[in-house]
Amino acid sequence: MTATGHAIGAAVPRQRRGLAAMAHDSRVIARRNLRRMTRIPEIVVFGLLQPVMFVLLFTYVMGGAIQIPHAGASSEVYTQYLMAGIFAQTVTFAVAGASAGIAEDMTKGLVDRFRSLPMTRSAVLVGRTLADLCQTSFTLLVLALVAVAVGWRIHHGVPLALCGFALLLLLGYAFSWIGALIGLSVRSPEAATSAGLIWLFPLTFISNAFVPVSSMPGWLQPIAYWNPFSATVQACRNLFGNQVGPVAKAWPMQHAIGVSIVSSLVVMALFSWLSVRKYRSASGRA
Amino acid sequence: MVSAIHAEDLVKTFGDVRALDGVSLDVPEGTVLGLLGPNGAGKTTAVRVLTTLLRPDSGRATVAGVDVLKQPGVVRSRIGLSGQYAAVDEYLTGRENLRMVGELYQMSARDARARADELLEWFNLADAGDRTAKTYSGGMRRRLDLAAALVVRPPVMFLDEPTTGLDPRNRMALWEVIETLVAQGTTLLLTTQYLEEADRLANDIAVVDHGRVIARGTADQLKAQIGGERVEVVVHERDRIGAAVEALTRYAVGGPSVESNTRRITIPVTGGAKVLADVIRDLDARDVEIDDIGLRRPTLDDVFLSLTGHLTEAPAAEEQQEVAG
Repeated sequence: MTATGHAIGAAVPRQRRGLAAMAHDSRVIARRNLRRMTRIPEIVVFGLLQPVMFVLLFTYVMGGAIQIPHAGASSEVYTQYLMAGIFAQTVTFAVAGASAGIAEDMTKGLVDRFRSLPMTRSAVLVGRTLADLCQTSFTLLVLALVAVAVGWRIHHGVPLALCGFALLLLLGYAFSWIGALIGLSVRSPEAATSAGLIWLFPLTFISNAFVPVSSMPGWLQPIAYWNPFSATVQACRNLFGNQVGPVAKAWPMQHAIGVSIVSSLVVMALFSWLSVRKYRSASGRA
Repeated sequence: MVSAIHAEDLVKTFGDVRALDGVSLDVPEGTVLGLLGPNGAGKTTAVRVLTTLLRPDSGRATVAGVDVLKQPGVVRSRIGLSGQYAAVDEYLTGRENLRMVGELYQMSARDARARADELLEWFNLADAGDRTAKTYSGGMRRRLDLAAALVVRPPVMFLDEPTTGLDPRNRMALWEVIETLVAQGTTLLLTTQYLEEADRLANDIAVVDHGRVIARGTADQLKAQIGGERVEVVVHERDRIGAAVEALTRYAVGGPSVESNTRRITIPVTGGAKVLADVIRDLDARDVEIDDIGLRRPTLDDVFLSLTGHLTEAPAAEEQQEVAG
């Protein structure tokens, strides 16, 4: 090891301030996380297999047995009903990616490194969630193609369908901030993965995603209708033209698009604020 | 001389544990301070406070002339930190890691790229620069981590146990890099459990235990502070240790230390070679057979023992693991 060409000079001053600095730093971190995904393709592949499996199992195994109001029970009808639910459930799984990724950065000491650099505090989290958003978009794209292959169709045209996908991505982005907070709060990546996933099952199943809420016990129905997750599913059914018969009477179902947007924004605002606050005081090994 | 690092009365508690219990430090520009102490002494906490990662409960500190609590952002642009665990992204290549750090130090993409190439060259990582860090050996990761701390040529560097867990060859290589940095004028705060490391690299040493600085000075001053020399005896048979200790205690000016598995007894003495001759005669008279005996100046190990009443056990255990691994 020789010291050729290495001279001590003054540190580089910061040129960027405020939003420009945050955008720059977030882009650097997002690029880093996307690069990681290309180096560990298993993560992307398994992230894809699970929803594809759900599509196939629900369509061919359960589909024939589930009664859709005004349409009866058949797997063709159920496929149309199911897809909005599967898409919405899939985007919420972005929670697990963000929580495991950030927990890993914490335990590996990378968060300490980032926190010792003159970079925007929130950029580590913004970059992470943006990279997750890219992954979610890719997953949704592949999943939509699989859905078309098993007979799913849109009926109100491409622009409205794209609005539906935009609602889904907004929901996914909001949820990856919940993942960020979980990742910053638990002690190991393994714990982060289970803590990230476990509550998603009741959240996504006690909803209109897989079965009509009218088939649930009376006491559970209001919970399912007011579950903000149901609003996004209902909004997508409306936008994709997959709604069979009249929409349920419950208020959130009647105003599904608005409720979906507002609840995603509220979740995003609340959890990004909590996460950034937690990040400021987070320490890798304490 | 101007202080590059100055800390006054830092206190940090975690629950009931006072990790820092009033630590004050002063590192003149261009010098190396070694923070020496066992695991859990508070060394890492001190580094975390000085590098803005942790807010102290009380006390104040400046680094490179900037207040750590009031302007942490400015401090961050003037320091480099290399931690105990090589904090590199193992799924990025060495080059990508260094470029990312450069860009996060707000260098332009071109400057970050050039600097990454330069550092890879300097740290003998040029050939491995396009492999993911996952494929690197422990020593290579540590070098990459140190390189990442040097991206902006920071005037003040913090190295938290830079060689813990490294084999002797890699440790020596890292020491040479650190010596070069210091020769070029970098101020360095180094934490270590290795007495040898502090002895070799640091101008000044602060011995830390239970969150307090219990002694400070140059290695020579610390050794002089506890005074005299040491007589070290290795007895041939384990069951004669008792008899040997009994004989040696008569010449000791302090308590003896006994390592029974190596059959080694050490006593502090004054009076030099004459004492050594007396000890040999006395042991001989008591029929205690010895394998080895010697007179030596105190090491930092002795300093630590006499200051804290316990040895720096942790490194010894790790050293053995390294040999085994």
